Parts: sequence; structure tokens; C-alpha cells
Amino acid sequence: MARKLKPEASEMNKAQLQNTWKGMRVAITGGTSGLGLALVRMLLDRGAEVAFVARNRDGVERLVREKPQGRGITGDVSKKDDIYPIAIQILGALGGLDVLINNASALGPIPLAPLADTNCEDFELALQTNVLGPFRLTKALLGALAASARDGGHPLVLNISSDAAINAYPNWGAYGASKAALHHLSRIWNEELVSQGIRVVSLDPGDMDTPLHAVAVLDADQSELKRPEDAAQEVISKIADVVSRGPIRLAGAVQEVIQ
Amino acid sequence: MIAATVPIQRPGDARLLIVDSRGQIADSSRSIFPNLLHSGDVVVANDAATLPASLFGIHNRSGRSIEVRLAGSESVRPDDVKRFSAVVFGEGDYHTPTERRPSAPELHPGDTLQLGPLKATVLRLLGHPRLVSIRFEGPASAIWEGLARYGRPIQYSHIPAPLAVWDTWTSIAGPPVAFEAPSASFILDWRTIDAIRRRGVLFSPITHSAGISSTGDEELDARLPFDEPYRILESTARSIQAARAVGGRVVAIGTTVVRALEHAAFVHGSVRESTGIADNKIGPATELRLVDAVLSGTHEQGTSHHKLLGAFVDESTLLKMDHMLQHHRYRTHEFGDSVFVEKSRWKSAAGNAHWVEAGDFSRPSTPLR
Repeated sequence: MARKLKPEASEMNKAQLQNTWKGMRVAITGGTSGLGLALVRMLLDRGAEVAFVARNRDGVERLVREKPQGRGITGDVSKKDDIYPIAIQILGALGGLDVLINNASALGPIPLAPLADTNCEDFELALQTNVLGPFRLTKALLGALAASARDGGHPLVLNISSDAAINAYPNWGAYGASKAALHHLSRIWNEELVSQGIRVVSLDPGDMDTPLHAVAVLDADQSELKRPEDAAQEVISKIADVVSRGPIRLAGAVQEVIQ
Repeated sequence: MIAATVPIQRPGDARLLIVDSRGQIADSSRSIFPNLLHSGDVVVANDAATLPASLFGIHNRSGRSIEVRLAGSESVRPDDVKRFSAVVFGEGDYHTPTERRPSAPELHPGDTLQLGPLKATVLRLLGHPRLVSIRFEGPASAIWEGLARYGRPIQYSHIPAPLAVWDTWTSIAGPPVAFEAPSASFILDWRTIDAIRRRGVLFSPITHSAGISSTGDEELDARLPFDEPYRILESTARSIQAARAVGGRVVAIGTTVVRALEHAAFVHGSVRESTGIADNKIGPATELRLVDAVLSGTHEQGTSHHKLLGAFVDESTLLKMDHMLQHHRYRTHEFGDSVFVEKSRWKSAAGNAHWVEAGDFSRPSTPLR
């Protein structure tokens, strides 16, 4: 059953905010490392129902052992043929969906390289993982998200972006271009899905001390990087902020017809 | 009619045969569907997502190859994934018409089936040697993974290429509880839903576990449709009540929706937030209590879907429709053309109310388990 917020949601106190998460059905891709892992742990601790997706079966099983209430799904969002098996398992595990967090990311060439030295295949992998994967998974789950809206929920698709989507950093071409595409996709989808009561937001969590960042920037000063747990806290605040705006008024709602 | 052999949900040239409440019949383009709706109407579709419900494997006692087609479950709850009713076929696959498939090995309670990564046990026969109740072993998560990774969409010989799961999911697909696609809803893309709403028409799905449409066995086919669980959300119940309050029509997308809504109306006297198991069969003798019009596929005489249309129009209109579908070479089956049928204004005459009960197929009181 979808979450129902009180009308004065913006004035919620902390206890009510805690209540926001209880029973909320959340799916997270890239859920066994970095930001995704921190989000899975925090959302489960807050009482959300969480399905997480990751490529490595051992990693998925390890997290299920740590958090038995989480529903682990092995799958690769960059592969077209994996999308529906992932969607079926998400909907089978949660019975519906209120929040989808497209978090799984690929850097492109490793180590990072100027565009002129980037292999097409590496660029394709970045696009498959960072743009087409989120597009396909979101599309497969739109019916469930629209059902959440009709049932009084506040469905949200959160796409994890990067400042590389906005700024032109040398060597980050494949990643930056793919995240720019994801960012713009989010903005357009947000406009289009208003009529279905679904919000789509892209969010830059900042530079974090994650395995992905360690591969990208070999000599990074870890002390200058954000802890994934702190970034996850910010992401969770963002979700609460969006959800607290209340449901989008659906076109052709019952009230209009009665009037 | 001719078979639609390509899995395109919304071909640009799709046709729509329109039968209005006076029995007037018109051949049209399906794209005009939203124009048939009036402000105050409610459109009710089925948002069930289609399970890949065809599983190939081995009947362990005989060692023979089998295909198991999941055909029913007890509820629309996704955690209810252990027990199903199923139709078992012998060797071969969908390329052979179902009526020509080799028969399944003799099945007994306790027989085990290895279906790819999934292990299942036959619990009992359901009044026919090929219709069984089965139970999957293992935790729900492993069963979901097995179905999602190993299952194939149920399909028939009129489509030569293998179907992908995305061919069988409607745009609005949510809970994965249908065994075959609720294909009337293929007409609905998001643009069409927006167009419907812009006309002041409510759009509110139900979830109905659409079962299999053909088994190739005369005796089993005569029992179709099997019992199908459904769920009506509060928002949909309210939409239907709101439409009725302003004199709007209840327009069902698909025969499954007709069946669920009429079942709920019969059980509760009106439509409310509810779950139930539709065990009703709808035909010429049924007095429709709730649904005013149906958008459906084109159906051949003798099928349960064709009989259901007999609840909306009289026999002579049905014959005229069949003639028009033939004459205009409509395409049939799940990716075919459509009909839009309003309940005849002469059809609802009092005195012909009959509730035709299902046959001996398992009922809530005699569970599939």
C-alpha cells in the first residue's frame, strides 16, 4: 500500500518525518557499494521496504545476510535483457513501488582518458549504464509508479547525477556526457510525467569516498571527500523534501468530475 | 479474420469495430478510441503485468520433457508465489499448435518437476489429467528470480518469433500477476491515457490475474476462463462511483475487467475497495450490473471471450459483428484489432438475470492448494 502523507506535511516534525519512510517501497540500483550501499542501510533502518540491485551475486548475498529484511536482486542494468527480470523481481519483492533510485554508474574508460583516447565500447558502456539502463528500468516500472500516485502516494524517480554532468572536466568525457544526458532526461521526464503524478529528479551527491571514485582518481585525498553515509543522508533529505510537497494533483481527478 | 503474427502492441493501422447501444456497427481506426468517450465516463483497465509463465523442464518420474504453463494463483499478492495451478504439455514448444502437442506424461500427486532452476511438486490433479496444482520449493525470492530469469511468456503458434517479456507488458503494467497479457490494454500508451483524461474522463485500473486463453484440450477449454483473483483499489472504486453519480459510463478495457467488475458488483451489490476471485462466466444470459461498454480484441465464435460479448448485444448483432470482422479482414489474437461494444439499450430488460456459475474448477471454498 502506498504511503499517505498528512496535508500539513511541510510542517512535519521529526517523528512524523521518521514515519515517512515506514512501508515506503524503494528500489535502488548499484546497491552494494558506495552511495547505494549507504542508502540501502539507512532506508532499511528507517523502516522502508527496500529492494536493491547489483551485478555481483556474492555482494548481493553478503548484504542480504547483513540486512535480512532487504530484498537483494542480482542483475546488470546496462544489459537490456536484464531489465525486465529485474523489474519483475522488484515488483515481486515489494508488491509495488514508490521510489526508484537509479544509482548504478559506470565511469567509461578505466583509467579515465581524454575523449580522443576513449574507445567506443567504453563510451557505450557508460551510456548503457548511466542513461539507457535508467531509462529502460524507469519505463518498465512506470505502471507501478503511476499506481502509487493513484493510490495517494508520492512516487519519485531519483537519478544520481554528478557535477561532471554540468562542468567540462578533461578525462571525464564518457562519464560527463552520459550524466549530462541523464540529467536532461530527468528534467524532460519530470515535465512529461506530471500528468501521471510522478516526479523525476536528478541529484548530484558530490565527490564521495567510494570505490568508483577511487578507480577514477587514483591519488585523491580521501580526507577531502564526502563520506557516502553523509551523501546518503543528503539524498534521503532530498527525497523527504520532494515527498513532503504532497501528491501532484492528477488531471481528470475524481473531484473534477463530481464538480 | 486473419491472425496478427507480429508482436506490435499499437500498429498504426489498427482497426476498431464500433457497436453502439442501438446496434449500429461502424468500421473505424483504433486511434479514434478516446473520441468515443464522454466527460464523466470512467475507463477501467487491467494493470497486471504479465509473468513469463511458460517453464520448460523434466517430469522426473518419467524423465520426459514437459512444458508447464502457469494458469492461476489464489491471490494477487506478490508474496503468494509458491503455489499455482498449471497446465502441463508434452514435448515441443509453441511452434506446434497446442491442440497438436504430444500429451503430457501421466501426472500423480507427489511427482517432482525440474523446471530450469526451479523445483516443483505436483500437489494434486484438478479434475483433468493435465491440470494440476503445483508448489515451488525454496524461498519466495528464489522463486521470483527463477520465474524472472528462466520463464518465457506463454505464446501460441500464430506468432513465429519468440516473444520477449516486454512484448507482453502493457504501458501501465504493475503487479506481475497475469499469466497471459491483458492485451486489450495494449491500446493504452501514456499519450492515449493523457488524451482520455483531457476529455474529463476518469482513468482507473484494477489488477486482475488474467489467466490462459487456450489449452488445446477441448474439455479444458470448455472450462475457461479459470478462476482469476483480482483487486479493486479504493481510488478505482471511488472513480466508478463518481462516474455513475454523474450518469457517466463504465468502460472496461478487456474481458478480464468486465469479469472482475461484474463479480464485485454481484458479491457486494456495488463496487468497493475489495479483493476477490472471479469465478463467474459471462455470456448471453448474464445481466450486466455495472459495465456499460467494453473495448476488447476480436474474438472467434465459440471462445469464452466471444460469449462474453453476448452479454452486451443480442445474437443477431453479434452475428453482424462477426460478418463485419470477416468482411473487413480484421486481425485477431492478442496483437490484433479491437472492438468497442456498448451495452445494447434493449439488453438490460429485467427478467433475464442469470448468474452462470463456474464449473467444478477450484473455488475459494475448494482452494487450488
